[in-house]
Amino acid sequence: MKTICLYFEIHQIIHLKRYRFFNIGTDHYYYDDYENERSINEVAERSYIPALNTLIDMAKSNGKYFKVALSISGVALEQLEIHAPAVIELLHELNDTGCCEFLAEPYSHGLSSLANEECFREEVLRMRDKIKQMFGQTPKVFRNSSLIYSDEIGAQVAAMGFKGMLTEGAKHILGWKSPHYLYHCSLNPDLKLLLRDFKLSDDICLRFSNSDWDAYPLFADTYMDWIAALPEEEQVINIFMELCAIGLSQPLSSNILDFLKALPVVAKERGINFSTPSEICSKLKSVGQIDVQYPLSWVDEERDISCWLGNVMQREAFNKLYSVAERVHLCSDRRIKQDWDYLQASNNFRFMTTKQSNIGLNRGIYDSPYDAFTNYMNILGDFISRVNALYPVDMENEELNSLLTTIRNQGEELVALNKEVDKLQAKLAKYESKSAKEETPKKVSAKKTAGKKVTTTK
Amino acid sequence: MKVLMFGWEFPPHILGGLGTASYGLTKGMSQQEDMDITFCIPKPWGDEDQSFLKIIGMNSVPIVWRDVQWDYVNNRVGSYMNPQLYYDLRDHIYADFGYMNTNDLGCIEFSGRYPDNLHEEINNYSIVAGVVARQQEFDIIHSHDWLTYPAGIHAKQVSGKPLVIHVHATDFDRSRGNVNPTVYAIEKNGMDNADHIMCVSELTRQTVIHKYFQDPRKVSTVHNAVSPLPQEIQDIVPHKIPNEKVVTFLGRITMQKGPEYFVEAAAMVLQRTRNIRFVMAGSGDMMNAMISLAAQRGIADRFHFPGFMKGKQVYECLKASDVYIMPSVSEPFGISPLEAMQCSVPTIISKQSGCAEILDKCIKTDYWDIHAMADAIYSICTNPSLYEYLKVEGKKEVDNIVWEKVGLKVRKIYDQVISSYRK
Repeated sequence: MKTICLYFEIHQIIHLKRYRFFNIGTDHYYYDDYENERSINEVAERSYIPALNTLIDMAKSNGKYFKVALSISGVALEQLEIHAPAVIELLHELNDTGCCEFLAEPYSHGLSSLANEECFREEVLRMRDKIKQMFGQTPKVFRNSSLIYSDEIGAQVAAMGFKGMLTEGAKHILGWKSPHYLYHCSLNPDLKLLLRDFKLSDDICLRFSNSDWDAYPLFADTYMDWIAALPEEEQVINIFMELCAIGLSQPLSSNILDFLKALPVVAKERGINFSTPSEICSKLKSVGQIDVQYPLSWVDEERDISCWLGNVMQREAFNKLYSVAERVHLCSDRRIKQDWDYLQASNNFRFMTTKQSNIGLNRGIYDSPYDAFTNYMNILGDFISRVNALYPVDMENEELNSLLTTIRNQGEELVALNKEVDKLQAKLAKYESKSAKEETPKKVSAKKTAGKKVTTTK
Repeated sequence: MKVLMFGWEFPPHILGGLGTASYGLTKGMSQQEDMDITFCIPKPWGDEDQSFLKIIGMNSVPIVWRDVQWDYVNNRVGSYMNPQLYYDLRDHIYADFGYMNTNDLGCIEFSGRYPDNLHEEINNYSIVAGVVARQQEFDIIHSHDWLTYPAGIHAKQVSGKPLVIHVHATDFDRSRGNVNPTVYAIEKNGMDNADHIMCVSELTRQTVIHKYFQDPRKVSTVHNAVSPLPQEIQDIVPHKIPNEKVVTFLGRITMQKGPEYFVEAAAMVLQRTRNIRFVMAGSGDMMNAMISLAAQRGIADRFHFPGFMKGKQVYECLKASDVYIMPSVSEPFGISPLEAMQCSVPTIISKQSGCAEILDKCIKTDYWDIHAMADAIYSICTNPSLYEYLKVEGKKEVDNIVWEKVGLKVRKIYDQVISSYRK
């Protein structure tokens, strides 16, 4: 029996403001509040709210037959909490239907998996805890920012205790293989891999409303016929996309919501069901390993990381940013940690790409890659100097770490000692008061005797 | 195909971008085998490269009949012109210009520059053009810039051949809107009489359509290109001072080029760093004002005015630079950023310049946005990757902008004009 794994991602970055080099050192606030509020509200109204309402409808009207998976980046969650709490409420409502599984992803939607293991681990676990805290379910499946995956990343993710991971069914990795099976990571067989079927996914998120497309207009039964026509032994159809594709890339006027609504019904008619990623990971067996030496992603025709790290500017920005990763990790300054999350978002690097692409790239406030680079580097300059101001720059990180540990240990020791002192002092006070009570009569007599003595000496 | 071109400047003796563009264009067109170009300039010096076209000096075209010996003519004009041509031209004098001030050969003297009596020179040029047009055989007339429009019209009336004019600049660019009515009249008249108008950028094309009220169908854009650098210039080894960056502005210091925005941006950059020097090379009517502005901002120690540069000096200066900037308020095309990119210098240009339409591997800002300009300068000077990227990719990009392609485009327009002319 074939099963469809439908997954949506929610991510919006915190937009950086226009930051000139003369602001370095004087202005430590890097964000465009107006743009953030405007853009998140726009996405919520045009896409998230109608799309989530549809998913809730689908879950309610199909009972437990319909399943969907969602993941949210930490930065998007923060923005939704501040500017569009209605979306959060809908997420809760969807969660309450029991048909939705939440996956974990890096908090910042950044590229830390390519740069710094420690930093990657920290933000993934932080996101997992946040999902647990908000939705009451611990994510067991992981998806990296833009589905970036390589063997090493797979091993790291497995070490964090995840059962499965989503990635792209890129042609150059699969070769003759089909993405419609479950695979596993070559470095750790315990980590199952679900590969995105980019053809069927892009039919919805990229081509649905394109009237030049030969399959236009696409109806749910045609779409489901394609899936049903796949060979019998190909069982997993992974359809992954960003949630904002529904409503933004494919306008609601294209009736994409009705298309989605019809999917479970037509699937049932053809004996195709829906599963969440963790159900697939536990029910099915892996058919083989996937070797990915160089990182892949779901972006661009190349399906690699060249849209973030393709040119020298992007690489310099990336290296500069992660050069302070350990320092940020060591420190306990909350504002720096927060800025760190926002600056890591991969979109910041995407703005600097010089690649030609058929799909238009919205560069936001920047009118060229150089502009994006300049602005980001100015902000990074200020951020790095703030990080460096925390601890002496010429000190090795390891040395600093051991010193910080010593300081922390000493601090703890001091607290413990202080407690002991308090305890002893309390005891002492008790004893004193006790003994004082006992001694008082004596003292009085002593005074009297003393007084007598005085008088006698006179 | 035979083309009669009217121009004002031709290398090596040039005063601005017009000469460079004329040279590049004709050289590019000469790659087409059946292209035969005759180029008229007011005053040849004898050291022009005539290997791919024929140059006629307007100061050697007789308009008054003088009985002179071959040897004498050869002695006077032989260095750049076949004396036989003098006699052929002399046979086509079409009116009595005895009242004009002519020399011993019956020719009018030209300065070949932009003198105070420019209008008189333009008029004389057009008189001489009548003789040339009667004597020469050609299929089409091509006039470069407003100085030669009257000559083009005259040649068209005499020969009945179609006229194409090439707009390298309009008076709206030169004057920031305060147009000189006489110049405007000449430009407008030229455009009205032209069978086709070629503009060096879409920006200029829009000016021609909207300010000179031309039919958009007969106005097309033909972007300029650059000639590859000769070996001796490629071999120049720049003198670079370690730990110090040089930002260069190169051009006439006039209102059109926006020099004051450069000074203001420099002042902003210098508030934060001191290891950057700024160079404003060139001369012009705003030079003194700029010197005092730099002094007012307190940056005179880091802001230098080396004066007018020519030939090899220009490239020496470019190669020693880390950033080239052209903040022009209105630039019809602007060939100099392309030259800077050829020298592997990262370039900042204003969005209001025509070359911005074809360049991608350079930073573009609005001319008035001194903050963005300062930011771009600072960024190139402090981020090695941006510097490296613009340097390498900029050179690659500009190496693909060649005159041959422009020549083909012009040829297409010629063919189209000739085929639809008077039908």
